[in-house]
Amino acid sequence: MTVLKSREALLALAILVSVGIIAMRFPAFVAPGNLANVFNDTAPLMLLAIGQMIVILTKCIDLSVAANLALTGMVAALMNGAGVPLPLILCAVIVLGGVLGAVNGVLVWKLGIPSIVVTLGTMTIYRGTIFIMTEGKWVNAHEMTEGFKALPRLVFLGLPVMSWIAIATILIFAVVLTRTALGRAFYAVGGNPHAAVYAGIDVGRTQFWAFVISGALAGFTGYLWVARYAVAYVDVAGGFELDVVAACVIGGIAIAGGAGSIWGAMLGAIFLGVIKNALPVVGISPFWQMAISGTAIILAVAFNAAQSRPKGRLILREAAQ
Amino acid sequence: MSIWKKALATAAVATALMAQSAAAQDVKIAIVVKALGIGFFEAAAKGAEEAAAELGDVEIIYTGPTDTTAEGQIEVINSLIAQGVNAIAVSANDKDALVPTLQKAMERGITVISWDSGVAPEGRMMHLNPSSNALIGNTIIKLAADHLPEGGDVAILSASATATNQNIWIEEATKVLPNYPGINLVATVYGDDLADKSYREAQGLMATYPNLKAIIAPTTVGILAASQAVTDAGKIGEINVTGLGLPSEMAGAVASGATKSFAIWNPIDLGYAATMISYNLVKGNAKAEPGAEIGMGRMGAAKLDDGNEAAMSDPFTYDASNIEQFKSIF
Repeated sequence: MTVLKSREALLALAILVSVGIIAMRFPAFVAPGNLANVFNDTAPLMLLAIGQMIVILTKCIDLSVAANLALTGMVAALMNGAGVPLPLILCAVIVLGGVLGAVNGVLVWKLGIPSIVVTLGTMTIYRGTIFIMTEGKWVNAHEMTEGFKALPRLVFLGLPVMSWIAIATILIFAVVLTRTALGRAFYAVGGNPHAAVYAGIDVGRTQFWAFVISGALAGFTGYLWVARYAVAYVDVAGGFELDVVAACVIGGIAIAGGAGSIWGAMLGAIFLGVIKNALPVVGISPFWQMAISGTAIILAVAFNAAQSRPKGRLILREAAQ
Repeated sequence: MSIWKKALATAAVATALMAQSAAAQDVKIAIVVKALGIGFFEAAAKGAEEAAAELGDVEIIYTGPTDTTAEGQIEVINSLIAQGVNAIAVSANDKDALVPTLQKAMERGITVISWDSGVAPEGRMMHLNPSSNALIGNTIIKLAADHLPEGGDVAILSASATATNQNIWIEEATKVLPNYPGINLVATVYGDDLADKSYREAQGLMATYPNLKAIIAPTTVGILAASQAVTDAGKIGEINVTGLGLPSEMAGAVASGATKSFAIWNPIDLGYAATMISYNLVKGNAKAEPGAEIGMGRMGAAKLDDGNEAAMSDPFTYDASNIEQFKSIF
């Protein structure tokens, strides 16, 4: 019974059911090769969802992830064009992504501005910066070196490197979130900030690190994205931040902070990935895609609300606060 | 004292008036595009600047939203009306959504034309098509058919489902299909001019139609994403990606063989022509009415049809033989 009550198990079940329904209309969808493709296609979403989840755990939100991805991706493409070796580019995108995240973090930590406002602002600034850097010009496939484009596509033990990166990141952060002081601090800060302070946790600093992690992951994904689609321009991953937040919400990450697991975020991303990849092959209009993701989000939130509602009736008014 | 004050005030007013009339001499033409940061429109802006340099007394305001939405364009146009521009030349994200705002602009005496992607007739004085829609529709099918002597399945990967120009070309392409026996159009899908969505749609096409021989993408983002998807699937030579693209962006796909040929009109010429037409309408050199001919400088004259629409020129085909020459131009 406890298994059925777990959010993650229910979500996994929902994914299996939808894959089953899709397979009835288009059997080739469940071929192992295709499922691996879907997983690989979802890898960027998973990477960003992990970062976003950590930020949401601390009662914040990071709307600048897609813009961060686009900016670091463009920088990676330009560095590649300037002849910088690939290992250096990989370090640079992670550092740059982290710095962009740190800008959000500092503003939230030191100035106490609500994160939604900060990241809404930096989102626009980062996109604008790409435009200023390139004057709107694209970096195209023939302007990138083969090695730069090949890394995410290299197949290793049956899966492309991009999928392995997502798997490794999930495992690393699963350990970080459950077994390290910083990982537990993310939960503590979101769960009860006042108690966290009494426990000796610096709330602002913890939120700052959450943004740095989210930014660094977005930066790394920026390289993967640009290398995979072999094109970099201002509008890369436009609107993708909402998919990332949706993946977290569907995965049962409490938007009020403090609750949720990395497996939830991963499954939320996979759920969206399955829908995105299935709709083109089963021939459903793109407008349904939005409606289906929207319904999934509302169902997930309704389910979470139903689960976290306190049992019994509140008698003391103070207890409600 | 009061005489001094009056004299000073008169002088000030006179200076202000003179300054105003000096500023009024420059014709302000706003080029509003679907979204900033798209190579095609950047090239069109270059053409507009060329026209401005040729005319001398023109100031070009190149602007547009940061994403391809009608709401974004409405905001941009409202601010242009407030700035008091003389002409607005727009490539619309939605045929009807812009009409009320553009009508407001025309009521204020602003010359409004649409180019590339049109606005409904009541929202503009005239529309400049880059080429005739029938010619483009025919060209995109012919590009695919040329490399399929035995016929085969083809699919179209378009931009958004509401994009005016893409929809008209697809309609025209469907009309001429009977002229190409053996060419079988199996599906039309929409990638919304997003690289990742177009890529996924192209993958979906390849999965759904194992006998697919060509993907026709009449959009620069789509053709690029489809070429990449075909390359990644290892189907170069099996599936030919064609449609409308820019030489600078397509050079890689042509070199790899994912794309054998594609077509486009020169966006620099298009921006140039739209600017010339706007200027001539503002100056009263011509009137936008059926049958009228409006000068487009070095591009000749645009002849308006009954719907106040004109075509600039024929689309031009690029392949391995000439791409090197054009890839550094636009």
